[in-house]
Amino acid sequence: MNLEDILEIAKVEKEKASQFKHSILVCVAAGCVSCQSLQVKDALVREVKSRGLEAEIQVKGVGCLGLCAVAPLMVIEPGGVMYQGVKPEDAKDIVDAIGNIPVKRLECDSQSPFFKRQEKIVLENCGVIDPERIEEYIAVGGYQGLYKALRAGAPNKVTEEITKSGLRGRGGGGFPTGLKWQAVAKAENPTKYVICNADEGDPGAFMDRSVLESDPHRVIEGMVIAGYAVGAQIGYVYIRAEYPLAIKRLKIAIQQAERNGMLGNQIFSTPFSFSIKIRLGAGAFVCGEETALIASIEGRRGMPRPRPPFPAEYGLWGYPTLINNVETFANIPPIVAKGGDWFAGIGTEKSKGTKVFALAGRINNCGLIEVPMGTKLRDIVFDIGGGIPDGKKFKAVQTGGPSGGCIPEQHLDMSVDYESLAAVGSIMGSGGMIVMDETSCMVDVAKFFIEFMMSESCGKCVPCRVGTAQIYTILCKITEGNGEVGHLEQLEELGDLVKNASLCGLGMTAPNPALSTLKYFRHEYMEHIHKKTCSAGVCRMNKQKEVKHA
Amino acid sequence: METKTTESSQELSQSAAKEAPVAAEDGRWKQVNRTMRLNGHSQHALIETLHTVQETFGYLEMDALKYVAEKLRLPLSLVYGVATFYHFFSLKPAGEHTCVVCMGTACYIAGVPAILDGIKEKYGVTPGETTADGKISLLVARCIGSCGLAPAGVFDGDVAGKLKPDAVFEKLGRWVA
Repeated sequence: MNLEDILEIAKVEKEKASQFKHSILVCVAAGCVSCQSLQVKDALVREVKSRGLEAEIQVKGVGCLGLCAVAPLMVIEPGGVMYQGVKPEDAKDIVDAIGNIPVKRLECDSQSPFFKRQEKIVLENCGVIDPERIEEYIAVGGYQGLYKALRAGAPNKVTEEITKSGLRGRGGGGFPTGLKWQAVAKAENPTKYVICNADEGDPGAFMDRSVLESDPHRVIEGMVIAGYAVGAQIGYVYIRAEYPLAIKRLKIAIQQAERNGMLGNQIFSTPFSFSIKIRLGAGAFVCGEETALIASIEGRRGMPRPRPPFPAEYGLWGYPTLINNVETFANIPPIVAKGGDWFAGIGTEKSKGTKVFALAGRINNCGLIEVPMGTKLRDIVFDIGGGIPDGKKFKAVQTGGPSGGCIPEQHLDMSVDYESLAAVGSIMGSGGMIVMDETSCMVDVAKFFIEFMMSESCGKCVPCRVGTAQIYTILCKITEGNGEVGHLEQLEELGDLVKNASLCGLGMTAPNPALSTLKYFRHEYMEHIHKKTCSAGVCRMNKQKEVKHA
Repeated sequence: METKTTESSQELSQSAAKEAPVAAEDGRWKQVNRTMRLNGHSQHALIETLHTVQETFGYLEMDALKYVAEKLRLPLSLVYGVATFYHFFSLKPAGEHTCVVCMGTACYIAGVPAILDGIKEKYGVTPGETTADGKISLLVARCIGSCGLAPAGVFDGDVAGKLKPDAVFEKLGRWVA
């Protein structure tokens, strides 16, 4: 396989696509599949066949179209007419309307801010290509970055380009990717590993799942480039067993890449060889932490160990290991293809590029979005997200999953980047954004997250194991109406202790939800303790106590 | 991790593995053996092997844990430790039908607690339990990634979104009937 072969595949594929007058693109990512999008696709195929239009109209499944709230979604190209909430019965009307006036009752406004305000790099192929066919990925320029890296640049040139781009880890920490690569590249050991962290354990986050379901080859390409840059021969994808569709598509993609010579021995006729294996996670949030993830791949309990030594020196089976998140790898091919300067031109001074967010909770446009770093939080919630349904009032947006914090209305005008989020007591995290309105009780939300952290704590270090349980007990007392004066100070003290004394990232961030709600919604805690009422009506208070105290 | 086994103990465990009573008759064990073989009977393949056991048997029974421990030359305590550490593995057989309710953040604030309370009231099961007649197993998931469709659940493998409490009770009612 060389560049001519790739271009030939791309040419054939484009010619094939140009034979069709119209294409119906049906979303077949997990969100839409659970709303029967596969049945819709089958109905459309039958309808097109029954009219003998197979040569003119193409029906194909594509990755996530973004607006999961109104699933299943589909687009008709050319023209970009978008339909929402489609049912198999609608197939006849949809095929009727092709080339005519669109079906009014199903139309979805593709010119709305939700689609227009986004800037796509990682998700550029989502909703465009069929994730189960490598030819389509090649036709949109796929694997050319890999070719460029392998044939035109020495490994250190690739790493330099990544450093220049200013890309930072998308898994949450925000560590500069270039520095990480340099560290692994420098390690003197002939055996090295690359690991892709696809253990998306944050409740309320589905970015990595969507990328793997919609564009798996992009992640593979990013991993192979990383393997070349750091000198590794084997890559592992550690993926949650809860994502069967993503696993299936990734397996197909790996097979196709192997068959086409993008994986395996002597890739693109160079001496470089690289293979990728899949390892299934088994449902442990702590395995998102890199040393715990390594332990899990090694077949043990996912328990973290103290760092240093960092995995860059002593990782999988003791060999130097590079660990990056799915979204980080997905950013690599365009950076290599278009250059680090191009990427560095997007975003803010310290946070470059774009970020994918999963918008969910009490918001009109639930779904997957990608915006440049530095976008205002208010724009994300009210413009792209379409605001709060049922005329309710915005209360907070929770970023970063259970390790993140709740951001109140007064900070809505902040820009979304690593530093600004840290400054208000939250984190970027992997990119989940949950919007809450006045019907959510912040004390209850804090309790929910702490309960999660308590059960996910691996139990290795005492501050995390005992501290989270103590915080949970106090929050339970407060929400049951047994709160006492002094509980809040105890919470703060405990939170500070757990944060500073825990071994790994899980413990160090576990008190964040409690601490950030205490900071911004202290009045709600006070109300629970002093008046024994929950104005959101979520907590069931012990009324007897109230009488006694009064 | 690479514990060195002495020759004699290796022989011992190999002979024990050969005698594993079920291995020959039950086709399901072939799947398990295959996974171990593909990974070269490496001790690192423990989690992969347990995944296969759970897939073929539905849960991790004690005999299976013993069998895997012997085959991979691992202490049973370590195998048990791994099996209980991860939420995905279940050591109890599942009911005839399984209902997984998502407890991710988006689903939580969209009203999952009310659904769980209702199920408990109507069918007497809390998450992790199976009804006395063995018909329904109720589980909660930490997020199935269908946050756009919150609250979501998985009924016998089919993901369903925007759950309404009454619709859930009706579905479970049909299973019990």
